Amino acid sequence: MRKKIRSVLVMLRECVAMSVSNILGNRVRSFLTILGIMIGVTAVIALITTVSGVSGALSSSFSSMGAGTLMVSVTGSDLKTGMTTDDLNELTEMDEIDGITPTVSLSARVSYGGSYQSSISVAGKNAYYFYTNDVKLRGRTLNIVDEDNMSYVCMINQDIIDDFFFGIDPVGETLYISGIPFYVVGIFSDENTESLASAFTGSSDILIPYTTALKMNNEGEVTSFTVYLADGVDSDTAADKIEDKMDAMFSYEDDCFTITTMSSVEDTMNEMLSMMTMLLAGIASIALVVGGIGIMNMMLTTVTERTVEIGLKKALGAIPWQIQIQFLIESFLLSIIGGLVGVAFGLILSYILCQVMGTTFVISAGAIALGVGFSAAVGIVFGWAPARKASRLNPIDALRSM
Amino acid sequence: MSENIMEAFFEMKKINKYYHMGEEDVHVLKDVDLTVREGEYLSVLGPSGSGKSTLMNIIGCLDVASEGSYTLHGVPIEDLTDVELAHLRSREIGFIFQNSQLLPRLNAQKNVELPLIYAGVAPKERHKRAQAMLERVGLADRMDHYPNQLSGGQQQRVAIARALVGNPTILLADEPTGALDQKTGAQVMDLFAELNREGRTIIMITHDMHIAAHAKRVVHIIDGVLTEGGETADA
Repeated sequence: MRKKIRSVLVMLRECVAMSVSNILGNRVRSFLTILGIMIGVTAVIALITTVSGVSGALSSSFSSMGAGTLMVSVTGSDLKTGMTTDDLNELTEMDEIDGITPTVSLSARVSYGGSYQSSISVAGKNAYYFYTNDVKLRGRTLNIVDEDNMSYVCMINQDIIDDFFFGIDPVGETLYISGIPFYVVGIFSDENTESLASAFTGSSDILIPYTTALKMNNEGEVTSFTVYLADGVDSDTAADKIEDKMDAMFSYEDDCFTITTMSSVEDTMNEMLSMMTMLLAGIASIALVVGGIGIMNMMLTTVTERTVEIGLKKALGAIPWQIQIQFLIESFLLSIIGGLVGVAFGLILSYILCQVMGTTFVISAGAIALGVGFSAAVGIVFGWAPARKASRLNPIDALRSM
Repeated sequence: MSENIMEAFFEMKKINKYYHMGEEDVHVLKDVDLTVREGEYLSVLGPSGSGKSTLMNIIGCLDVASEGSYTLHGVPIEDLTDVELAHLRSREIGFIFQNSQLLPRLNAQKNVELPLIYAGVAPKERHKRAQAMLERVGLADRMDHYPNQLSGGQQQRVAIARALVGNPTILLADEPTGALDQKTGAQVMDLFAELNREGRTIIMITHDMHIAAHAKRVVHIIDGVLTEGGETADA
């Protein structure tokens, strides 16, 4: 038995040596064949590594943006359509909660002087929003007094300045929102805010006190708000406690509100990203399959060309599987060389891409294993048929063509 | 050596071979009986199309007969699988082809080692036997040469070394001098005669009666019918 294993090993070594010499003997053809696999693996590696770099960057910015925040959206029941100011205050008193900012959105016609614009997005915020989000560029922010008095004051962003206040300092001017005069107290920019709320509700061009916004909407209750958790509070535990409290407020009716934690958002996002990665890798794999067909084509040509050699080897005592293994080794070597070179190029390419996009370059072991494994599999799968064809050649037919 | 101690190890009885060529069956070998004893030097003489290549393929276990029995060392060939036939070939038969059929990418020594690779012989042993065999055919100084660096006669001698390296029972040669000029052809014939004197069984297939005359025994094949041509003078 040991002798048999040794003789098989000796045979395999000779097969590898012969395959190498055959590959080197057909340099141009081998190179072109390898190129197909190489491009496929390069594409797969570059895509996976780049996408995982981007997803890493995205999810880290997402989690810093949403660290310690929860989104609550209220659908309400027949008895209670939303959260009153008292309800919100009651929540704010919880130990786990640092503060709450309601979001009341409306779309309004805005005019100044002789010009106007329809469908400007206006958001109602409270004073707490401005403690946690540094959005003020100039003037002052909306404060508690504005909130309590339902004052007609607003903050505007650069878009509104560009639209209405060409060459005029807007602070101190009066802007008409839905026909109601609002005093412009400050200018804001939410470009740098890390607010989960803005990621969900989209950004608004004008901010007004949320109480004023409720009045303009003829509503008394808030249906969407962001909860800022106290330091060191676990968002899932807090979400459970808030749910208990709000269940009581809504008389334990089902489906009155949903609480979205950052981790659930992150899960969804990761799911989407991994789906995208798989999709892209799937597309890149097409290149691998095409490369595999290239290998199959070369192997079939090789088998035809070497018919005499195969017949001769059979006459010299080679048994079919020895012939088959030799051709399989050859196609395996071709594709694994392509795979390894492809991995190298793929990593270089994704390193460059990561530098350009400013994301972190992480070598993904999974991607390398996939590239190498896939190319090896391609070599074996696509080499199988030609190798089998070679092993089944009748020695007489093979020798007759000499 | 006298007749009675020579063992009849090779026996063909009523061998028939048919090929399907389109619609019709071609009857290539007709009731061929052939017995070869150990140490014999036999040539099969016949014109092209006479069925001698088919006979060679059957002798060499590359093909099996349609009818009849063929036993080699008491083993009936008809019952063997492809793998068993391959093992039998590597053990019993040393092939020599018309165009030597060396692998161009291997040097002389590697070419000679080829049958040993398939027989699973360890590398050291393989090198030793291949070198010894190349020395035997007079190519001690050509072991590292590639086929395209060798003359036709030298290539054929490498092929002979390759046929002999597995120490087969039968040396089976198909037109061994067909591609050679007269002088190198004669050298190859000398080598055959020497090998036969050493006790090798040689079966040579040829259409050239001058070449056939080198063998001790000649059989004729015409239209698939084998007839005994009698003993020839020792070459």
